[in-house]
Amino acid sequence: MIVELGHYALILAFAISLIQSVVPLVGAHKGWGDWMAAAHPMASAQFALVAISFGALTWAFVTSDFSVALVVDNSHTAKPMIYKISGVWGNHEGSLLLWVLILVLFGACAAWFGGNLPATLQARVLAVQSSIGAAFMAFTIFTSNPFTRMSFPPFDGRDLNPLLQDPGLAFHPPFLYLGYVGLSMAFSFAVAALIEGRVDAAWGRWVRPWTLAAWVFLTIGIALGSWWAYYELGWGGFWFWDPVENASFMPWLFATALLHSAIVVEKRETLKAWTILLAILGFGFSLLGTFIVRSGLLTSVHAFASDPERGVFILMIFAFFMGVALTLFAWRGAAMEAKGVFSTVSRESALVLNNVLLAVSSFVVFVGTMWPLVAEMFFDRVLSVGPPFFNAAFTPFMVALAVVLPVGAVLPWKRGDVVKAARSMWGVAVLAVATGALVWVMQTGGSIMAPIGVVLGVWVVVGALADLWHRAGRAGIADRLRRMSQLPRADWGKATAHAGLGVTIFAIAALMGWETEDIRVAHIGQSFEHEGYTLTLTDVRRVEGPNYVSTMGFVDVARDGRLVAQLTPEKRIYPAAGMPTTEAGIDYGLFRDVYLALGDPQEGGGWALRTYIKPFANWLWGGCILMALGGLISLSDRRFRVAAGARRAPSGATPAE
Amino acid sequence: MRILLIVLILLAAPMVSAPAWAVQPDEVLEDPALEARARALSTGLRCVVCRNESIDESNAELARDMRIILRERLVAGDTDAQAVQYLVDRYGEYVLLNPQRDGVNLILWVSAPVLLLLGLGVAAMALRRRTRPEVPLTEAEKARLEEILKE
Repeated sequence: MIVELGHYALILAFAISLIQSVVPLVGAHKGWGDWMAAAHPMASAQFALVAISFGALTWAFVTSDFSVALVVDNSHTAKPMIYKISGVWGNHEGSLLLWVLILVLFGACAAWFGGNLPATLQARVLAVQSSIGAAFMAFTIFTSNPFTRMSFPPFDGRDLNPLLQDPGLAFHPPFLYLGYVGLSMAFSFAVAALIEGRVDAAWGRWVRPWTLAAWVFLTIGIALGSWWAYYELGWGGFWFWDPVENASFMPWLFATALLHSAIVVEKRETLKAWTILLAILGFGFSLLGTFIVRSGLLTSVHAFASDPERGVFILMIFAFFMGVALTLFAWRGAAMEAKGVFSTVSRESALVLNNVLLAVSSFVVFVGTMWPLVAEMFFDRVLSVGPPFFNAAFTPFMVALAVVLPVGAVLPWKRGDVVKAARSMWGVAVLAVATGALVWVMQTGGSIMAPIGVVLGVWVVVGALADLWHRAGRAGIADRLRRMSQLPRADWGKATAHAGLGVTIFAIAALMGWETEDIRVAHIGQSFEHEGYTLTLTDVRRVEGPNYVSTMGFVDVARDGRLVAQLTPEKRIYPAAGMPTTEAGIDYGLFRDVYLALGDPQEGGGWALRTYIKPFANWLWGGCILMALGGLISLSDRRFRVAAGARRAPSGATPAE
Repeated sequence: MRILLIVLILLAAPMVSAPAWAVQPDEVLEDPALEARARALSTGLRCVVCRNESIDESNAELARDMRIILRERLVAGDTDAQAVQYLVDRYGEYVLLNPQRDGVNLILWVSAPVLLLLGLGVAAMALRRRTRPEVPLTEAEKARLEEILKE
């Protein structure tokens, strides 16, 4: 009964979303206030209904209702509660419902908190957002109904894919969806502005926090996925240039570009058409990512739905929204009058360069991802495009970005002086190169990659700090520090996020340049040395988990005769799904991770065992967390809180005129 | 029926999951220099039954066979290029994770620089419209300015 209620609520929400995508548009066009205002209760109702629907599905999973096909395919009574809940979105249909839930939540937020927007703009935003919702609800209801019942319910479920039964992956999809769907908000604002024919600072002030929030979520989501790959796949890789990873990375690159150019719209009222185009393309890449993942067109580790019908449906959604938005853009984009004029050397130009590098690098990833398909369809060549291509084609863009960033970030608005900006960063550049050279000498041979990473990392991180330092103005050290602490939070957010990028660049280079590996047959009780560590396999035991059986190795890791850690690398079998997984034994450390993976028993006795020393591995995710934190600090800036407070003002005050 | 199911699971397992087991201890060559070459080459070769995994990472049976073949060729004295070509002849261009730089693939390889130039071009055009050069004062304006300054 509850499940049917959920299904019914979803259909009702779909009907409302159809009305909401038309009525406010007409109202805004004709200037009918009540038609525009109708969007508010409809947005709230949509959210309430989809929440009921999602709640009903969660209920079916939590109570293990095996009369629902989806629960049978993705759950099991023995599964821990957290994975019963995460199982709701650990599959195609349920994750789509989560997509829709977040979509209508954001739409409702625009209705609840958007009181300070011009009424026509708000009505149009709500209509566009609702039309996206309608498309995805139709997709869910007609091709991917999560509420389908079984005529003969089985006794127990088939269990969730064991790879997904993991804390890192349980929360990876929701964060990604929050990011993807957050970009839909920027898209709705862009299309509404095109219909409206007007973009002003208020528009930028609204688009920026949405983009920033979406970007923070995407950053966290991607970092979670990468961290999961690191500890779960058994050899400590963190990025594979898999089509599905690229699908989340392309929108991230666009969101990064968009949030930078939205700053220009907000502060300088220029680059409007450019920003609108980025907002459209950013969401376009989100849709494309969804298409790549859902259609299984470019099959990869993640593809959980390989059904052409669904692929075609999403392709139609993609073609419709991109077609309409880009046509509108071609028609109205030029009308976005720019106010601020700036010189070729200025913060504005630096941000344009940032946008070009990010957008083009995203397109390069896109070309590389789609090339095998194009080559096979049109040129009859079956080929692969893998990490070597992406590393060669993509890395230069990031290096260029890191080189330009610290100087661009200190350029003044309107008109700057490269020599002057470079002079303030001169000391930082010398420090960065000197550190890199020192590292190069100390490592005596080996790859040049790590020292280059050190140079870039120091340049970006110290450059971000130096920016704050200069911003505080000339004064004694104590005064400067006090003034630095009083700088707006947006400045701190910017510095934190930029420093995070520097840390991540350094960590990637260090990890790839300095990692060491040892493969051997380890006998129980026998010790071996690797990189100054003494490792002893003390035992291998069979351990029963709640819904899996594990072969667990026990390894003592010692250094200089002192026990550092006792690690338990595992191989698990999930009988219900009939699938093996590995759980690496990792001793996380500030400067290195000791990473162990257990293999098969060997014929002559003993176990295959791989040992890795992964230098600065944690810094990689630390850098991502810093980036996300920078975004959050920036979001809490007074400017946005003032904007939020301003919406209450008009209701009490009488208009001046 | 049950056997079929087991076979399917065995076939599917390396494709959907990627539990550790790439290079096995018994595959490692005696000569560290040769082994290093083998490792470097195998990160660029695709396991043909896997989803986007190199033979260096994959634990599939076929990946193991490919790793062993590669090592055999190296031990037999092949150069890196010859050893890779040996696998390409048998499994096709598909095994190369680093796409060849020939024919239509050139489009792929030049895409990054071409797109960059295109992006910079578009940006430069957009900037030219935003950044108007300062127009020098006309004679009439100069006269007017002097008038104002005199007052």
